[in-house]
Amino acid sequence: MWLWFSRLGSPKWFYELAGRWLPWTWALTVLLFVAGSALALLFSPPDYQQGETVRIMYLHVPAAFLSMACYLTMAIASVIALVWRMKMAFAVARSCAPIGAAMTALALFTGAVWGKPIWGTWWEWDARLTSELVLLFLYLGYIALHESISEQSQADRAAAVLAIVGVVNLPIIHFSVDWWNTLHQGASISRLQKPAIDASMLWPLFTMLAAFFAFFAASLMSRVRNEILKREAASRWVKALVKA
Amino acid sequence: MRLAALLRREIAIAGRNKAAILIPLVFFVLVTSLFPFAVSPDADQLALLAPGVIWVAALLATLLSLEHFYQGDYLDGSLEQLLLTTGSPALLALAKSIGHWLLTGLPLVLVAPMLGLLLHLPLDAQVAMVLTLLLGTPALCLIGAIGMCLTLGINRNGILVSLLILPLYIPVLIFGSSGVQAASLGLPYDGQLALLAAIFILALVLAPVAAGHALKISTS
Repeated sequence: MWLWFSRLGSPKWFYELAGRWLPWTWALTVLLFVAGSALALLFSPPDYQQGETVRIMYLHVPAAFLSMACYLTMAIASVIALVWRMKMAFAVARSCAPIGAAMTALALFTGAVWGKPIWGTWWEWDARLTSELVLLFLYLGYIALHESISEQSQADRAAAVLAIVGVVNLPIIHFSVDWWNTLHQGASISRLQKPAIDASMLWPLFTMLAAFFAFFAASLMSRVRNEILKREAASRWVKALVKA
Repeated sequence: MRLAALLRREIAIAGRNKAAILIPLVFFVLVTSLFPFAVSPDADQLALLAPGVIWVAALLATLLSLEHFYQGDYLDGSLEQLLLTTGSPALLALAKSIGHWLLTGLPLVLVAPMLGLLLHLPLDAQVAMVLTLLLGTPALCLIGAIGMCLTLGINRNGILVSLLILPLYIPVLIFGSSGVQAASLGLPYDGQLALLAAIFILALVLAPVAAGHALKISTS
């Protein structure tokens, strides 16, 4: 276990391992996306109230879910990096940020497209929409801070502190805007209760969710590999790799 | 008592520059008085807008005054010496936050009723505004310190600090202005006060630790 943990801290080892896993992860991503899209677009029924518009949900819900999961990953990686001074965890945290920001933007965009026909408005100052917008700002702040500090390790540590401050604040922000104004329907999938959504829609949704997570894993690994090459540019093995 | 000594130093140095203390106040008054021009001089409309306008202006004034309390010490190297001598970065960050609040937050609270009058805020709401600002501005100072300490080494960091900190200010803004709004409608606002107090206490406990860690990173 500890051997594995200490190996994880070695950029070279991670670079090679991720390189071997990458083709499989991307293949799984494509497979799940094809299957999920087919299920969502062809084999799931239209909603009795929302009609065909409901199909946007198959993109919207996984993107929104992932936007939060990605922030959590970033914060956990930041804690690990600050506590154990693990270089790799900094690279992971930094690589999470653009993916998370993109997912948040996608969730907001699909939400707006869905909101126009269903709520009759592109944007509503509803609690969940607002929290998602704040999440986007937090991601952008993290990226901006990291890019503004030229010294690598200082940038890493400062951004890690910001990610942790953000994760402590996110629930507070979420509950305060919830209290402030809400219009969004409650969560339809809960672990404790029977889901409030029919199986014919639940399975396509789960497949898309899996596809998004596979995409997250694959793009995170690709990004971390690039990040490693950038950070370890002065090391011997990277120079040898570039020459070859 | 190290905290008292740090605080005395903070107030002596920052308080010597009178202009830097007055500028956030003038900014606060000026931004608020722009709204009658922008919206309408009608008393009813202004009273409706007043809680939000005054709270946003106070929030921005707090944010813009942060730099004065950190940048000078950072540039002349005394921040690094203070970190070495006090031994506890969190204590230093706490002293700076308290100094910041005493010299800018408290004056803002004292000036706010005058702005309330200008915007035709009812008397009950005036009381609520002073109370919410009294609980809210220290939280703003404490949270703002984190962003400031993270960006100390960066040139022209004002906009970056705003980008980092404004999202974290949203809860304070929500409860602060909704408390004043509730009071102006004659509703009870003790719930908002309790939540603001909770945010303040949470910030008091956690923010100096994060800001202190950020100070260590920025000066390394």
